[in-house]
Amino acid sequence: MAKVDTLYNESDIRNFLKEVKDPEIPPISIVDLGIVTKISVTDQNDVHVTLTPTFAGCPALKIMEDLVIERLQKLDDIGEVTVNTSFETTWTTDMISEDGRKALLQHGLAPPKQNVGYMELDVLSDTPCPYCSSRNTMLKSPFGPTLCRSLHYCNNCKQAFEGFKPV
Amino acid sequence: MDFFNDKHVEAAKDLIYKMADDQLIIGHRNSEWTGLGPILEEDIAFSSMAQDKLGQSEHLYNLLHELGEADADTVAFTRNENQFHCCHLLELPIGEYDFSLIRHFLFDMAEAVRFEMLVESSYENLALLAKKFKGEIKYHTMHANTWLQQLATGNEESKARMQNALNEAWPLALGIFEPGDSEDVLKEASIFEGEAVLEAKWLEEVTALLNKAGLTIPAGVTAEYGGRKGKHTAHLQPLLDEMTEVYSIDPTADW
Repeated sequence: MAKVDTLYNESDIRNFLKEVKDPEIPPISIVDLGIVTKISVTDQNDVHVTLTPTFAGCPALKIMEDLVIERLQKLDDIGEVTVNTSFETTWTTDMISEDGRKALLQHGLAPPKQNVGYMELDVLSDTPCPYCSSRNTMLKSPFGPTLCRSLHYCNNCKQAFEGFKPV
Repeated sequence: MDFFNDKHVEAAKDLIYKMADDQLIIGHRNSEWTGLGPILEEDIAFSSMAQDKLGQSEHLYNLLHELGEADADTVAFTRNENQFHCCHLLELPIGEYDFSLIRHFLFDMAEAVRFEMLVESSYENLALLAKKFKGEIKYHTMHANTWLQQLATGNEESKARMQNALNEAWPLALGIFEPGDSEDVLKEASIFEGEAVLEAKWLEEVTALLNKAGLTIPAGVTAEYGGRKGKHTAHLQPLLDEMTEVYSIDPTADW
């Protein structure tokens, strides 16, 4: 068996994956987005990462799988890197970390409301404006430029904005 | 699939094929509004829903692949018309916006109930997909119902258009629930409670919303069956020809 000088653990790998960003929302890492649901590392540094899709039709998923492999293969003494997608853990917007929510806000995207189990029609209606924080806003459309975003308008600062929609 | 015997696998395949084909075909039809929507938000809405449906169909085809069928692209792009199990409602052209909206309402309400039921399925991988799709479809039904209520209570023309579209779509919508050959097996294995249960739950929900919108459900209508058994309208083949155009030229093309 090959001798490895550096042994990685799950938490090391998780930290490296914080450098992998969502191509559709570049300020947020896939770790903060909450889609990395499993990391396993063997004593030969073979790494297996499991991702869960945000939306079933998310076109960025394949790209993110490739980015994970690309990042981890750059590590010294790394073994085989494999990635799979699984629905075993159902992704919800509650899985976005605090850092992730801050990153969304800085990007001008209203963070999703939390713990939305069963959505009522008005769940998106008073989304706080990411520019002026006013709740005097209205939903323009539950569909935006990507599957995970909705379109809103702020009556207070008179600006259109996008939100990350709760699922 | 340790709890499955062959009979169960065949029954599950029947169920998943019709679900996947429904998603693929309505996904394609929805995408025909891209660039043509009456307002920008609606253009984006139908395009987004198309993307959701296509994504969902791919995951369902992947599940069929796990059960021994060919891979997703092969299944989606190489079958003949009579090997498709989509219902007639979805293969019809997009028509006027009122028809597309009513179809969207009637079909997506049925999908929402189907996913809700399948979350309890004994077939775990299907239940996991249903759980995921359930979170996505709520935005589709929200969109459909918002426009239904708005247009059916708008002016005389919009109300008449919605009623006419409903009259046209209703027998086709009942065709969603055409029973399969394996209803008993699915029920016995707790994979799915069946089309009849789904239809009853759907009818209760859409009736309440259509009543609220002031529309009348046509009476004495016969359901239009055939799609689930591979018998289709004249509209499916041209759709398939267009959808598979690139694949037919070059099956390895990446786009």
